[in-house]
Amino acid sequence: MKFSDFVATDAIRSHVDAGTKEGVIREMTQSLVNAGSIAAADYESIVKAIMKREDLGSTGIGRGVAVPHTKHPSVSRLVGTVAVSHSGVDFESLDGEPVQLFFLLVSPPDRPGDHLRALENISRQLRDETFCRQLKSAKGPVDIQHLLEEADSHGVAS
Amino acid sequence: MGSREDMVSREVVVGMPQGLHARPADQLAREARKWQSRIELLNDTQRVDGKSILEVLTLAAEAGTRLIVEATGPDAHEALEAIGVLFDRNFNEQENTEGR
Repeated sequence: MKFSDFVATDAIRSHVDAGTKEGVIREMTQSLVNAGSIAAADYESIVKAIMKREDLGSTGIGRGVAVPHTKHPSVSRLVGTVAVSHSGVDFESLDGEPVQLFFLLVSPPDRPGDHLRALENISRQLRDETFCRQLKSAKGPVDIQHLLEEADSHGVAS
Repeated sequence: MGSREDMVSREVVVGMPQGLHARPADQLAREARKWQSRIELLNDTQRVDGKSILEVLTLAAEAGTRLIVEATGPDAHEALEAIGVLFDRNFNEQENTEGR
């Protein structure tokens, strides 16, 4: 699975304002609403579901990356977005590092395989430290979009 | 010398319906980090570091996937036992399946 298969380009945020876990999740979910990927009526329910998932264990997976996510019946296909926080946010990650790079995923309840393959793609690409660093220093959403496209075109052969 | 390098391995099966997703990967890495030994997971094509969530997630191991867990180091036996128990218990996933 590629980034372009699930990342809503119009919802990419290069400068997250929020300084808390819930704040970031709210901002990113709102971006998905604004981009038309999820309905405004589902906003609160999706935020709550993602926060509930965080209560089970942080989705901060290390190296300054977090993948907040949930299943939600309102979506018929996997939707997601990317955000960068330049100051970093405490996400209770395993390695204790503040998180600067967020991949938020909302998936249909009956498609666990798609969710796994999105996580696989994200984690495989992020093993490349240069890619990580470039994403974190992106100046605008378009930069992020281009980095993701580049990764998609390189990632095929790995 | 004190650096005994035992290597032990066993097969495990991913029993969780959702596969080896972020939460079990986190539990696995947390457990693996408790041990001195190197912990690696192998599928048909990859060998990854069990102490890194990022690495574990690249396996994209769906329900039913068979993996080999390999532990190498002074506490390899105990480490392998502890990791094996996580798989045998499906990472206690049942309690937390979000229904609807």
